[in-house]
Amino acid sequence: MSERKSLPVVADAPADPSRRAFMRTAAAGAAVAALSSCGVEMEDFLRGHFKEFSPDELRHVLAKVERKNLERFGKKTTVSATGPRPGVEFGYGLDLSRCVGCRRCVYACVAENNPSRQSPQIQWIRVMEMDKEHGVDLAHANHYYEADAVPRPGKFYMPVQCQQCRNPPCVKACPTQATWKEKDGIVVIDYDWCIGCRCCMSACPYGARHFNWATPTLPADELNPHQHYLGNRPRPKGVVEKCTFCIQRTREGRYPACVEVCPVGARKFGNLLDPESEIRRVMETKRVFVFKEELATHPQFYYFYAT
Amino acid sequence: MRLDTHALTILAIVAAALASPPPAHAAGGNPAASPAGPTKSTKSEPSPEPANGAKARETAEGPRTPPLIQAEPPPFSEGIFPCSGCHVDPGDRTRRELTFHEDIQKVFDHDSNARWCLDCHDAQNRDVLKLASGETVPFTESYRLCGQCHGDKYRDWRAGVHGKRVGQWDGQKTYFLCVNCHNPHTPGFKGVKEIEVDGKKTTAPTLEMLRPEPRPLRPEEMRRPVAPKASTTAAGGR
Ligand code: SF4
Ligand code: SF4
Repeated sequence: MSERKSLPVVADAPADPSRRAFMRTAAAGAAVAALSSCGVEMEDFLRGHFKEFSPDELRHVLAKVERKNLERFGKKTTVSATGPRPGVEFGYGLDLSRCVGCRRCVYACVAENNPSRQSPQIQWIRVMEMDKEHGVDLAHANHYYEADAVPRPGKFYMPVQCQQCRNPPCVKACPTQATWKEKDGIVVIDYDWCIGCRCCMSACPYGARHFNWATPTLPADELNPHQHYLGNRPRPKGVVEKCTFCIQRTREGRYPACVEVCPVGARKFGNLLDPESEIRRVMETKRVFVFKEELATHPQFYYFYAT
Repeated sequence: MRLDTHALTILAIVAAALASPPPAHAAGGNPAASPAGPTKSTKSEPSPEPANGAKARETAEGPRTPPLIQAEPPPFSEGIFPCSGCHVDPGDRTRRELTFHEDIQKVFDHDSNARWCLDCHDAQNRDVLKLASGETVPFTESYRLCGQCHGDKYRDWRAGVHGKRVGQWDGQKTYFLCVNCHNPHTPGFKGVKEIEVDGKKTTAPTLEMLRPEPRPLRPEEMRRPVAPKASTTAAGGR
């Protein structure tokens, strides 16, 4: 049988250095050709991982994002990369006995985090309407409910967003390490490293990840100029995004946008390592559960009943 | 000053349970008088040991005190305050239908079989409220009145679990009052609306329930119309 190599085969022994150098140049050349046709700059493609940036590189990259924002939206923005604080581990509490399902949180999140508005419409929070009779049961959940007034009789509401798992299946599934968990618990995505394979989306048991199937539609006048590199900076087409606990706000000490807008005060946020924080108070005195506990994702997002 | 919510909570509960806090506590510095004795009380002694046994948190910058700011309460109905404008003397104290205040009587739903106006309003001085102990409290501290029956909610509220706070999770916060969300005469939560008082944003309870924001689009509603030869590398790309 004659030897036919229809697929590229990796040689057992390392190829001789000169050949490798040639291959690299050739590959880079091909890449340049391929990339320039889809609008990606070589520099972005070849740069190191976010976690390995030197302060200089980071500054350069942030300035570049700001420049691109200006080109794309004609608006000045500030893009930070504020890191996690030592001694802080974020915890989020959502009071199911209070939520009335008004969806104010959904739209406050949209206004804050610069997702695509229409085609695709991306919303990081999904409020599910469920039957009191059945309890928390996805078989009786509907997030497309419409009503003149909420809460509707016999119903309760369960908003779902990224649960910032301590054991995040999405991170394990990502082939390029474009998504990872930070020290304060926020699971972040570097949109420049995301290749859009959507492995993380299929791995996430909470439907928390959303894909930019087309270039996001985001009117310039709705752009939130206060941005974080790993959070609400505008996304390109073909990348995945999700809730980051409003990283651009919470890393600066502020409450997330959904906490501040909720008209019934159902949403609680704070530092799990601070014994005096509101979230610790919830953990210590209320009936608390995590969603899909049996999957051992160990969320940092807790549902509770205050009454 | 360092605020100790848990210890204050206990004080509050004790105060509510005894329904007769010692007069000294009723003064401005009374920690039970506001969620964390925040804005005015500067001299109340911090308790070293919070009620739940958690150690007082001292950081490098010294004891950490999240400053709490009270949201503006919703305004009184137009032209109704001060009540002493009409109520000059104690008048008839028997429980009855009034010939005035029908807007309140119409909606009154606050254990209405058992209670009426003078259970909370002071008969001698209509410009203040009255606790079960007979102690009077100003309208600005109405949460103390609420707390004497709703002790569990009061306790949660003081810890930031019931009700809402905005601002910094690790610093200055604004807390909302009972009356920002609950109409005292028909306190079951229905809805709230945003209002402005003295140029500051706050909320007021409404008698209507909230209308939900629009539902998300279904996937089939999101498809872009197929434009002939639509550019895929629009300026919006990378
Ligand atoms: S804003 Fe609050 S009450 Fe309304 S849906 Fe969101 S969590 Fe529920
Ligand atoms: S909820 Fe989904 S996206 Fe968020 S950390 Fe968990 S697996 Fe990842």
